[in-house]
Order: sequence, then C-alpha cells, then structure tokens
Amino acid sequence: MADLKIRNLQKGFDGTAIIKGVDLDIRDREFVVFVGPSGCGKSTLLRLIAGLEEVSSGHIELDGQDITDMAPARRDLAMVFQTYALYPHMTVRKNLSFALDLARVGKQEIEAKVANAARILQLDALLERKPKQLSGGQRQRVAIGRAIVRNPKIFLFDEPLSNLDAALRVQTRLELARLHKDLQATMIYVTHDQVEAMTLADKVVVLNGGRVEQVGSPLELYHHPANLFVAGFLGTPKMGFLRGTLNRVEADNCDVQLECGTHLTLPLSAAGLSVGSTVTLGVRPEHLNVVSTGNGRMQVTADVSERLGSDTFCHVSCASGEMLTVRVRGDFAPRYGDTLTLDFDTAHCHLFDADGQAVAKPLQQAA
Amino acid sequence: MLTLKQSRRLQSLIIGALAWAIAAVIFFPIFWMVLTSLKTEIDAFATPPQFIFTPTLENYLHINERSDYFAFAWNSVLISVSATLLCMCLAVPAAYSMAFFETRHTKRTLLWMLSTKMLPPVGVLVPIYLLAKQFGLLDSRLALIIIYTLINLPIIVWMVYTYFKDIPVDILEAARLDGATTWQEIVRVLLPIARGGLASTMLLSLILCWNEAFWSLNLTSSAAAPLTALVASYSSPEGLFWAKLSAVSTLACAPILIFGWISQKQLVRGLSFGAVK
Amino acid sequence: MNSPAIDTPAAQASTPVAHKPRRLAPGWFLVSPSVALLLIWMIVPLGMTVYFSLIRYNLLYPGENDFVGLENFEYFVTDAAFLSGAGNTLLLVGSVLLISVVLGVLISALLEASEFFGRGIVRVLLISPFFIMPTVSALLWKNLIFHPVSGILAAIWQFFGAQPVDWLAHHPLFSIIMIVSWQWLPFAILILMTAMQSLDQEQKEAARLDGAGPIAIFWHLTLPHLARPIAVVVMIETIFLLSVFAEIYTTTSGGPGYESTNLAYLIYTQALLQFDVGMASAGGLIAVVIANIAAIVLIRMIGKNLTDKQ
Repeated sequence: MADLKIRNLQKGFDGTAIIKGVDLDIRDREFVVFVGPSGCGKSTLLRLIAGLEEVSSGHIELDGQDITDMAPARRDLAMVFQTYALYPHMTVRKNLSFALDLARVGKQEIEAKVANAARILQLDALLERKPKQLSGGQRQRVAIGRAIVRNPKIFLFDEPLSNLDAALRVQTRLELARLHKDLQATMIYVTHDQVEAMTLADKVVVLNGGRVEQVGSPLELYHHPANLFVAGFLGTPKMGFLRGTLNRVEADNCDVQLECGTHLTLPLSAAGLSVGSTVTLGVRPEHLNVVSTGNGRMQVTADVSERLGSDTFCHVSCASGEMLTVRVRGDFAPRYGDTLTLDFDTAHCHLFDADGQAVAKPLQQAA
Repeated sequence: MLTLKQSRRLQSLIIGALAWAIAAVIFFPIFWMVLTSLKTEIDAFATPPQFIFTPTLENYLHINERSDYFAFAWNSVLISVSATLLCMCLAVPAAYSMAFFETRHTKRTLLWMLSTKMLPPVGVLVPIYLLAKQFGLLDSRLALIIIYTLINLPIIVWMVYTYFKDIPVDILEAARLDGATTWQEIVRVLLPIARGGLASTMLLSLILCWNEAFWSLNLTSSAAAPLTALVASYSSPEGLFWAKLSAVSTLACAPILIFGWISQKQLVRGLSFGAVK
Repeated sequence: MNSPAIDTPAAQASTPVAHKPRRLAPGWFLVSPSVALLLIWMIVPLGMTVYFSLIRYNLLYPGENDFVGLENFEYFVTDAAFLSGAGNTLLLVGSVLLISVVLGVLISALLEASEFFGRGIVRVLLISPFFIMPTVSALLWKNLIFHPVSGILAAIWQFFGAQPVDWLAHHPLFSIIMIVSWQWLPFAILILMTAMQSLDQEQKEAARLDGAGPIAIFWHLTLPHLARPIAVVVMIETIFLLSVFAEIYTTTSGGPGYESTNLAYLIYTQALLQFDVGMASAGGLIAVVIANIAAIVLIRMIGKNLTDKQ
C-alpha cells in the first residue's frame, strides 16, 4: 500500500515562497508525473516528499502516518536522481546493496534481491564494475536498480532521463513504463518534458509558480485544459492563441469577434461572461485546416514550415500579427509568404476568460 | 625562410633552454646543499668551491654525533602527525556542515576563519609563552601540537571545504534516503569519495607543521625541539661544520621535498584556498 | 544552522512518533568545535596582550606591575628600533611580493609558452625551494651562498676579479629579501602556472585568428585571467611575510644594529631577550593592527572571489 496525501504544503527559502500551498492525493500503484517549466517547484515538491527539504508548513501523510518531519531514511521511499548519484567508490553490486547493508538485512537475502534487480535491469554482467566504467544508460539502470532492491513504498524519479541522449531517452521511457506495470509500484516522476508526462503518466500534475494548475489523466489535460497555462504547456507544437471579445452569449453557444478580423460561433457555454468581455481563443494545430479560398474564415500569411515527413507544421501569421501553427499533410508545403485560407474546427476550440480560466464545454463533456 | 614546423621547433628549443637555465639557478642552492653534504669538512670549506671531489657518506653515518639528530627528527614526526590528525578531526565535521548545510553565515564563518590566519604570531607570542610556562608546557610537544593544530585549522578547513564542494550533494542525499545516519553518511560515503583530497590536505598540513619555525624556535629548547630548531642551532657554529650541517639539512628536508613533488598539483588548491584548481 | 535543535537519525529512532525536532541541521553543532577553538585562540592571548601592554611588566623585575596606560606604546613607537623595524617590514613584504609576482608571472608564462624537453622536471626543480624549511634555507644561503670566503657568490666575484662581498654584514636586508624571495617565488610559480593551464585554449585560438601576436595574447588574455590567482598569491604571501622570523633569527639576528630587524623580530627581542613583556605586548598589538589593515584591504579585494566561485 502507498497512499500519499499532501495537505496545504508550503515551502520557502530565505523568504521566497517556492511551494505555495499544494494539495494532492496519490493513490496506490499510480504513476504520477509532476510537470512544469523550470523553477515551477516540481523538484522541490518531490524533495519535500522525500524528506530532503524541510517543510515550511502543511502536512504529508503516507498510509495514514504523518511523515512531514520524519528523517528521509525512515520514510521508506527510494529516489532516482537526475545525476544518478551513484556512489563512485563502490561497485555496482555495492551500490545496489548499500541500503540493505545499512538496514542489516541478511547476506543471503541481499544477494537474492541484488540478483533479482540485476536480472530485471540486465545488469548481471556489470555487477563488479565501478560507476566510472559504465555508460550513461547503464548508470541510469543502476540508479533504478538501487531503488528496486529496497522495494520502497513509493519510487521517486527526479528528471531521470534528462542526461540521456534522445534515442536512449525514448527506449528508457518505454522500459520505465514496463517496469511500472511489472512491479505494480507507486511512482512519482518529475520532468519538464511534456512528452514524458503524456506518455508515462496515469495522472499528470501540472505545476506553475509553486501552485498546482491542474491534475488529471494525460488526455483529460490535453482535451480539457483548465486554463491558458496548461493549454499552452501541453502539446507539441503548442496550441495557438488568438485574442478576441465576446459578441453574443447564449445558453449553449457564443460568438467571438477575433482581433485578427474573423468572428466565430463556438458551441460553448460562456454563461457567467458578459458580452464585450475579453477572451482568448485556443486552437491546436490539428484543429485548423487549410482550405481553398472562399470556404475559409481567415486569411493568413505562411511563415516557415517544418516538414516531418508524416506531417507538415505550417507556421502562419494572422492579420493581427498573432502566430498560429497548422498541421497539414506531409506532402503539402506552402511557400514562405504565400497567402493561405484557414478553417477552424470549432467543436475543438478552447475559450479562456480574461483571467486565463477555461470557459466550460458542456456539449463535449456530454458527448 | 623557416617553415611553420621549423620555427615551432626553434621556439621550443629557445624557451626550453631559457627555462632550464632559470630552473638550474633556482634549484642550485638545494643541489649545492646535497653536494656539500657528501664532502669532507675540509672540502666543504675549500676556496674556490669544489664541484669535483671524492664523495663520502661520512656525514650521514655520523649524523648523530654533534647532536641527537634522531631525537629531533622523532619530535618533528610526532608533532606533525599528531597535529595533522587532530586538525583533520576538527576540520572534517566543520567542512562537512559548511559544504552541505550552507546557511547565511557559512561564507562569513569561512572568511572569519581565514582572517585568524592574519593574526601575526608575534602579537600573541608573549601570552602564549607565559601560558605555556604557567602550565608547564614550555619545551613540550603537546604545546606545539596544540598550536600547530590551531594555526593550520583555517587552511585545512578551507581545503577540505573546497574538496567537499566538488562532491555532488545528490550522492549524500541518496545515502540519506538509503537509510544512512549522519555518521554512516560521512564515514561510508563522504570520506571514501573525498579520500584523494583528504590525503593531499593531510600532506599540506604535514608540510606546514614540519617547516614551522616561529613557535618551535620560541617554545622549545631541547626535549621537544623539532628539526627546525636543530638546524637553527647551527647558526652559531662552534667551529665550522658545514658538511654536517648540510647532511642534517638534507635529511630534514628530503621527506617533505619528496612529498611536495608528488603532491604539487593537488597542493595548489589548498595553498590558494581553493581559488585555483 | 537555521534551526535551534540538532537531532541525528539515530537519536530519532528512540522517539519514533514525536519527531518534531529538526534533523536537517547538524550544521552549527559540527562547526562549533572549530569555531570555538579558533575564537579562544584569538581572544584569550589577544586579551592578555592588551592587558600586558597597559601595565609595567618586566620578567626581570617581578612584582612591579603598575598600570601605565599607553606608556608602553609610547616607548615602543618612539624607540629608534620601531621605525626601522616598521620600515624593514614594509620593505621586506613589498620587495618579496614584487619579485615573486613579477618573476612568477614571467616564469610561468615562459613554461606555458611551449612544450619543451623535460618540462615536468623543470617544474619540479622550480617549485622545490618552497618545501625547504625556513631555518634550512636561511643557513644554506648564509653559509654556502653568501659566505664571504667560501660562498658561491664570493667565488663568482673572485672569478671576475672583484672583491667578495660580505652580504649579510653589509647588505643584511637585501640578503634576507633574497632568501625569502627564493622561498616564495616558487609558491607564486606553482599557483600561477596551474592557473594558466585553466586558460581557455579556444579563447587563445580565437585571438590568434583575430590576428593577435603572443605579446598581445599575454597582455589581453593571460594577464586578466591571472588577476585572481595573483590576488591570491599576494594575500597568502602577505600573511606569511608579515611574520618572517626564522630567516632573520638564523642569519643576522636583526643586525647589524637594527638594519635587518622587522617587527616580528623586534618584538621577539623585547619579550624573550630583554624580558620586557609590557613593551613587547604593545609592539605585538601594533603588529596586529598593521596586519589587520593589510587583511581588511586584501580580504575586501579578493575575499568575495574566494567564496563566490562555487
């Protein structure tokens, strides 16, 4: 069992608040990813859970026990550090067995556990080497192995893939996902890479400026971002944003006059907002289409295009100077400076009020 | 016209010759000391100085004749080693907490420690002398051990601190999560990782203690006097024993010189308070 | 050090539930032995020095320990020995600093300029004097180099038909400066050479592509790069040079007259040769004040550099 409850957690260094009141529940066997831009407090939050930083106020509870002020050693958590933090003076075997050694576990049991972890991570041939003699990927596996042997209540990962090259990162990501299924373990994973967050998580926690912006499954966050920050942070290429004002507000739809000249009717309930208030329209690249002149709603000028083969991402600028990205077929490539006509998939457009909060989407949620 | 390769080689030749000449001049006194130690007393005093002579090990064989060389050497060893160990015992915990539990006061504490080195020993010569006399510690090894520990403490703390600073905090945190107590964290993780740096720190401390010549000259006379004092006693020679003096000096300096040669690169950091790597 | 109590994990084990005591700050607990000892080492003797400096205290006349105010300072400062002592100290520190820094920069630049045969050995030879104990180097120079009859310099002078010079008798301070420079130049070389190796090679190559010659590179890249190591050399040498003692003690004993007496040696003669503790203490305090002025200036200059690089 590993149920983690975080209640109104705050942390400040020298008077600057880093974590400004976080509430969070993590259930047994969940793979939870903390994601956010650098400096958002995600690593600090993880270190508070680990006990490596002192909590300023609030509580952390693990399986009903308050662990807020407990020494890290006694929390029964294991952490994989960004730098791996292997003990450079010990062999891989000693690295793996160090924690068990300290806990005075019997020799045979240690051997069995180390052998098991080595087998899972394919470290058998490397057990007598020192960390210096290992490649980046191998070190990373030793760091994970060190956590596995302890069979902790929760695995903590602090940006574990950021020191690997791109190919290895994708491979290790898959291995981690598999490991989570095999071990049936609770894992908390910190990353700034939203692709890692989307692909690994059961539950994503988006952090910004020391606060939780939104918690939910990856697709929930992707399709129903609660605010402008989450909308802009998740998804590559990023969601495009257009400024506008509300023209008309009905029970199940509304009219938006965009600054770039077009107006759209969206199947959204903007109840609570008044006509004339400032809003931001958000639209993902896949919800824009390039159409022939006359059928579209907006004329834009093509900027550079990025051709990935399967798709092409056209960056375009609107009359207002705002930039949008459009996903089109891989064989389509507008020339720099061309005029294009865009159509909006209004069912998938997002609307945010002046404070950046998402305007409700009754129709889609019902569907 | 020289090719690029030829001019490179010529440049290297000129610079090499110049460097060797300077090195020869600077090293000459040491070379001459060793040479003189292999002469008879008559050869040693000959004019003009002799470069070619029949070498003899006589001075070394009778090293104990004029004075009790081995007693002085033993004092040097005992005092340097004890002071170094004592100093490390104090410095390691201090450096550990300053390097890994930095607070607003850490930097000020470090600079303050450094500033105690600025206190010229003459400023406290009288009280220390009188205190030593009061406690019956004049001409005792204990007095020198305590004083050497204290005068080297700031440098040793700085040096250990800079070595500890190189160790990623992550590794210690990993140990903490692995269940290590503070003691286990220091003994089983920190010290083994820092052992290279600690070794050169201890070497520096040994060198400083071995060569210290203010307190040893002022606080000891015979029983606890180390080699610096023995050599100084030759400054008023009853007769001219230059060959013997050279032999004694050579033996007194050789161990430290060799230590210095071996560890020169690592010593730079400690000697510059970590400012130069 | 920001929390009031210390608690090791071991101590916590005995109180499993109530674990409010903070564990993350073994800080002040571990630093305090060192700090406390250094504080005592500074305050107790210094306090005694202050006290002694204000009373009449001569070991030859026990019992007459009246309070005399600043009389000791007055006597010490107005004594002819003080002026020459202070002057000699300044001259000694200044000259050795100048010699070791200037020659140190030039020699280490020479060594780093090009690869040549036996560079490692040259390096080792150059830094060797630093490891020789002060009493040995003083006697070495006194008897084997400076000696007017059998010294090497005498032989060289004679070879050129000149009258050998009795260096320590006629140019005592100059001779001591030579000895002390010989000891400290290697220190400067050691530090500066290491610092020079950390100069970015790409910077040099970029400069060369920009058309800079070796002298321009030395002046615009190497010297600025050496600013901090030079400051370090100056600071550390100043600390040690202000209290040069053994070299004078074993060669000239401060003479002839006060020609080679520095403050350290002067105070030593007052205290342990003339047994005038009061006067020596006054002198000691003046030395402390001088050292502190130097220290404040130097720490201001480079103290920030020392701690900030991490």
